[in-house]
Amino acid sequence: MSAEWGGDLSLPPLAMLQRRATLLADIRAFFSGEAVLEVETPLMGPAPASDLALSPLITRYEGPGGNQDYFLQSSPEYAMKRLLCAGSGSIYQLSKAFRNGESGRFHSPEFTLLEWYRTGFDYRALMDEVSDFLVQTAGMPVARLISYQHAFESAVGVEPHAASAACLLEAAKDLGLDVPVSVESDRDALLDFLLTQRVESSLPTGVPVLLFDYPVSQAALAKIRPGDPPVAERFELYFNGIELANGYSELTDAAEYRRRFEADNVRRLAAGVVQVPLDEALLTALETGLPTCAGVALGVDRLLMAMSGAGSLTEVAMLTCSLSRGGRIG
Amino acid sequence: MAKYSTNEFRGGLKIMIDNDPCTIVENEFVKPGKGQAFNRVKIRNLITGRVIDRTYKSGESVEAADVVDADMQYLYSDGSEWVFMNPESYEQVTAGEAALGDAVKWLKEQDVCVVTTWNGNPISVVPPNHVTLKVTQSDPGVRGDTSSGGSKPATLETGAVIRVPLFVEEGDLLKVDTRTGEYVSRAKE
Repeated sequence: MSAEWGGDLSLPPLAMLQRRATLLADIRAFFSGEAVLEVETPLMGPAPASDLALSPLITRYEGPGGNQDYFLQSSPEYAMKRLLCAGSGSIYQLSKAFRNGESGRFHSPEFTLLEWYRTGFDYRALMDEVSDFLVQTAGMPVARLISYQHAFESAVGVEPHAASAACLLEAAKDLGLDVPVSVESDRDALLDFLLTQRVESSLPTGVPVLLFDYPVSQAALAKIRPGDPPVAERFELYFNGIELANGYSELTDAAEYRRRFEADNVRRLAAGVVQVPLDEALLTALETGLPTCAGVALGVDRLLMAMSGAGSLTEVAMLTCSLSRGGRIG
Repeated sequence: MAKYSTNEFRGGLKIMIDNDPCTIVENEFVKPGKGQAFNRVKIRNLITGRVIDRTYKSGESVEAADVVDADMQYLYSDGSEWVFMNPESYEQVTAGEAALGDAVKWLKEQDVCVVTTWNGNPISVVPPNHVTLKVTQSDPGVRGDTSSGGSKPATLETGAVIRVPLFVEEGDLLKVDTRTGEYVSRAKE
């Protein structure tokens, strides 16, 4: 190590590199203590995540075996689920993840993701573990659980599960918000708009918040619990209004996986976004059976930001994309 | 008509909002991990000066505003119009009172200002940060008068009135900060 540090202002401070190293060691110690197996899965996959809101970075292999495009993984979810189907038991992974089109103070097209799956857990048990994890690795207080519905009703005054697009639009306008015309009739985009404009900033600060039970239209690959209203057994972790993690009770029905992937492609088509190939290796593995489990993906760079009070990813990570330097410009 | 995608948003970018030219002051990318991305921006209306918040769905396009900032020399005024010249092209533009705003207090012939034009017409004029102006009227300071904080008013050749130290006399040349309207120092011809 050089005695002098600095000169290159695009680098995080040396103390932050040391803090990151300590955090990564603490993360590994946590999972070692829980007997969760560390795994590595390919970062280049045959298929990208199907979610409409995720755009893949594509890379190309040329050489023995034939030329082929691969998708840099937006999370190791599909590959890790193949390991779970094969009988790995509980597993975790620390790796880079890639998302096209995302750059800002809290976004980078390349970032570090911690993803873990617990067999035999549902999302409630996993939320408890996320809270323990934050206490032990980040020195945070015990997490508070707030339902998506409660947070929405408190901040926006609308019941989010049943509300129509027109009703959400009216609520946004009543709050004096400037709604982009292009999302006025898009229920999920309006929910996301209100979430980012009002709900996130209304959450308690200084304490991790687990927002749980999401609208079924935003289930991703979470189990849906029937009821009135039915909800997705999905949660998001927030700290000071910033999203740190997303998790759920994992859907186990192979046929339902295929149906949701295909539904995503229908939505992609309608939105004029390129459709994606399905991960057939995953779909085949799912037919042999995914054990009951819950999984969560947590942004390590954002966790480091939360722990250190940093205002931008550039303060905690070495980034390629200069736009990640931040939104405060001019 | 030229357009900018939200991906091109940055501070200083000039765009049309509600038929007025505006400049982007701040641009923040906002996106739930599994949800819709938005660009949350602060925009200053270049006509009214008002700063407003706007949110765009990421990927949308917004009409570009044909707004240009140029260094121009102030030539003369007839009291209702002010004429500036681009020192390179010798092209002249005429600005009205609205575009001048507070700048009128500091304009001295031949000073180089930043003139912002929209579709070729001046919409704002920013004078140099520091200008040198002559004192045309100022009463002699009263020594020992502490009630005025050791300063007194002085009228400058442009009509502007500023607070100056007691030792300043009529006919003095003063360096003035146009951003704060404050006296900086005495100046030489």
